[in-house]
Amino acid sequence: MNTAVTEKTNRAGFKLSDYQGLPSTLCKGCGHDNITRNIVQAYFELGIEPFNVVKTSGIGCSSKTPAYFVHRGYGMNSVHGRMPSVSVGAKLANHHLQVIGVSGDGDTASIGMGQFCHLIRRNVDMVYVVENNGVYGLTKGQFSATSERGAKSKVGEVNEFTDIDLCALTITLGGTFVARGFSNDAKQMGVLVKAAVAHRGTAMLDVVSPCVTFNNHEGSTKSIHYVMEHDIKLNELGFVAPWEQPAAEVKPGEAIEIPLPDGSHLIVRGVGNQHDPHDKFGALQLLEESRKKGEILTGLIYIAEKERDFNTALRVINPKTMAQMDEADCRPPKEAFDKYLNGFR
Amino acid sequence: MNPPDTLTAPQTTRPQTTIVNDLSIEAATVNGTGSQSANNILAKSFFRMGIPMSAKNLFPSNIQGLPTWFTIRVSKHGYTARKKELDWLIGMNPTTWEKDVAGLRPGAVVMWNSNELPDAPVKARGDLIAYPIPMADCLKSVAADAKLKKMLINMVYVGAVAHLLGMEEEVVLKAISDQFRNKQKAAEINVAAMRTGVDYAKASLPKADPYRVERMNANGNKILIEGNTISALGCLMGGATVMGWYPITPSSSLAEVLISLAKKHRVDAATGNIRFADVQCEDELASLGLVLGAGWAGARSMTTTAGPGISLMNEFVGLGYYAEIPAVIFDVQRVGPSTGLPTRTAQGDVTAAAFCSHGDTEHLVFHPCSPEECYEFARISFDYSERYQTPVFVLLDLDLGMNFWMCEPPQYTNEAFQRGKVMTPAKLDEIKAAGKKWGRYLDMDGDGIPWRTLPGNPHPDAAYFTRGSGHDEYARYSEDPDVFRRNLERLKKKIEGSRATLPQPILDAMPGAKVGILAYGSTNNAMREARDQLAAAGVKSDYLRIRATPLATDVLEKFFREHDRVYVVEQNRDGQMELMIRQVLRTPGAVDKIRPVRHFTGFPVDARTISDGVLAGEAKR
Repeated sequence: MNTAVTEKTNRAGFKLSDYQGLPSTLCKGCGHDNITRNIVQAYFELGIEPFNVVKTSGIGCSSKTPAYFVHRGYGMNSVHGRMPSVSVGAKLANHHLQVIGVSGDGDTASIGMGQFCHLIRRNVDMVYVVENNGVYGLTKGQFSATSERGAKSKVGEVNEFTDIDLCALTITLGGTFVARGFSNDAKQMGVLVKAAVAHRGTAMLDVVSPCVTFNNHEGSTKSIHYVMEHDIKLNELGFVAPWEQPAAEVKPGEAIEIPLPDGSHLIVRGVGNQHDPHDKFGALQLLEESRKKGEILTGLIYIAEKERDFNTALRVINPKTMAQMDEADCRPPKEAFDKYLNGFR
Repeated sequence: MNPPDTLTAPQTTRPQTTIVNDLSIEAATVNGTGSQSANNILAKSFFRMGIPMSAKNLFPSNIQGLPTWFTIRVSKHGYTARKKELDWLIGMNPTTWEKDVAGLRPGAVVMWNSNELPDAPVKARGDLIAYPIPMADCLKSVAADAKLKKMLINMVYVGAVAHLLGMEEEVVLKAISDQFRNKQKAAEINVAAMRTGVDYAKASLPKADPYRVERMNANGNKILIEGNTISALGCLMGGATVMGWYPITPSSSLAEVLISLAKKHRVDAATGNIRFADVQCEDELASLGLVLGAGWAGARSMTTTAGPGISLMNEFVGLGYYAEIPAVIFDVQRVGPSTGLPTRTAQGDVTAAAFCSHGDTEHLVFHPCSPEECYEFARISFDYSERYQTPVFVLLDLDLGMNFWMCEPPQYTNEAFQRGKVMTPAKLDEIKAAGKKWGRYLDMDGDGIPWRTLPGNPHPDAAYFTRGSGHDEYARYSEDPDVFRRNLERLKKKIEGSRATLPQPILDAMPGAKVGILAYGSTNNAMREARDQLAAAGVKSDYLRIRATPLATDVLEKFFREHDRVYVVEQNRDGQMELMIRQVLRTPGAVDKIRPVRHFTGFPVDARTISDGVLAGEAKR
């Protein structure tokens, strides 16, 4: 009890434990649990009111994780691959909600590919995390569509088909925030999660998250060892919250400072490159080059922070939400009602 | 071309009697040639003369070029169902012409565009009353341009029919000007085209048929409207704020009318912000996913679809049922299985809706029979979905949804929305103060309906995790067999409760009837006529109309007790409602009284099919 009293609170007056969830039931060492920890920390540090957090997911190991963070938020573990539509509905009903959807590669790149694509083209304001391990865990080790051609399964089968690069796909679909992380790189992911929350639109975070049970062997292209060996950082990232001061002044040419709609800033420093994440073609080229080299490019790959989001496009931005609309908001006056019917005489 | 006078002389004995306000008239045209406006004008004119009528558009799954038939039934008796036999054909389509003529009963009237359709089929019949009109020639004085002529040609038969039936000229003129509201030039030229039809009929078509229409003033305050349109108004008044939908015949117009209503009545003038979110989704799965997401977050949300969409939505409906999320699903039924006949009508989704999803479920389903009920059920379906925290279906069919029906205009309502059991922070405090604990799926009131919180509720006890997997009273994941069984039984209890609160069946009795008839939905439109036919044949009948499922078991039991035989009339092959009736009947011998009458051609059921079915059953006993 004493610890609760002394527990630090954030700007919104909430404790770190308010952002935690149930104990994970995933395998020990699962990359997904690292992602969960990063989400907890980022949401706590950003001071997001937990009761306004909506956590959506589909079906799969990754989709279990919303139960493991922000227990004061509202979770919706829906059906396989259909988390995007549920998220869109929630956001239309109440646009004050902070939606984070957690998906897996089976969920996103196979059964839910259609919904994923349409979510991206609508640019719904939400964080979309793909916990990408290249394998179906709950059904015990089948390849997923993000598994590279030539990758070996645990039972020695070789994948004959090309993988779907979710980052490249998202860019071509008109995505406005495309990043790739690695579950074991807490520093990079911490920034990416914060930036994803601050971004207005769909922030797609493709996080390579090794499956320690079914895809962590020799010959796997998503094992911890393989990813560590092949992880190439595109950029060093810094996140400055609206109430924070940047650690050092950003000099032009050295880094790019991207102001986000909530007043925060994202600082992007290319690692051995001058890639401006606003450069769509450049981003696609980098992805293709790294793919050819067998590298896993991580960092902020593409951003278009000024694009309008879905609610704005639809004009579903009344301070009063759809969920709060009452009779007076919904019904035309009697005269208009009668006039309309009169047109059918 | 034959001179018209050789054909206008009736080739049957000229009827001595005059038939007033009782005919079925059909225009056989080509899809996409602008016949719709001409037919609307004709329909509206009958309606405005106060004669009971209905109008049906029998159209193909095609944008342009395939045949389409528009049928208007005018009936002083108020019979508005499809009439089995046609009285008056207007032939405009060369591809169906021979078949159209061949299908006519002896003595029927046939009017046609003799510039384009040959006289031969009519001559060959020799038993029809013939009105050939060289329609293109008639238009020579009105329009020179071939394209314009094509658009106007249907107006020629409007004029000829109006003249021959004795329709009121002012009424027809007003219908034209209303049809071309804000397009004065178009109205003028259409009037001119219509007049060429009148003039031609006056000069060249001596009256040879027995039909006449006369002002009746029987339509009172009624409006003429499609079920989809008035359902949309019901949704607007019922407080729908989020709609996810995917275009599919015959439901699309429901969504589209609602969108247009929202653009007019839900936009904030100052900001341009809208109080209605509509999303044309990528498929029906996404439509219902969006609707459930919105319903879960507290909005009154809905989708519109048809059978194929229902098939796709199964998984999500199960989630809605099991996770207890409000949603309203409009299914404007068309003919299945599979793609079936997309532009024809059926009552084929009765069980698909009621038991949608894998696993054990049952859903609340409304079966409106008229525009009045389309409006009312659309409006209150949102109350039911929130009250029972479950997906609710409103089942129209193509006949009801896309055809024109007369109805009493709905009354404006100030009735409050019933938002169901939603836990506010204050209510959570109360519960805590009383030493109790709220659980999302806890039956606190004994009616099986739990209390829900909405995302954004800041109370420390308010948050919960929604899942389609096994869960206990406190929304915790559970695989415990007792917990699972308990939860499923509570869900059953919850839905059972709706039997008594849903719109109850309506009985229309005849003193001394031993025969009972059960029907629902658009079949109702043929029922009065069918029962009159039966009475004329000496069979008195009581009629019980089902309006919703789960069925009102007590009412049904009583009906079966009080009748020797009960004919269940349905527009499907397998007796889907009958199946559900059999499931609930407990009185010994009751199910043995069931006699099915089933119609499944894709055409709306007509009265004769029903009365013949009942008479056949009565003859057998």
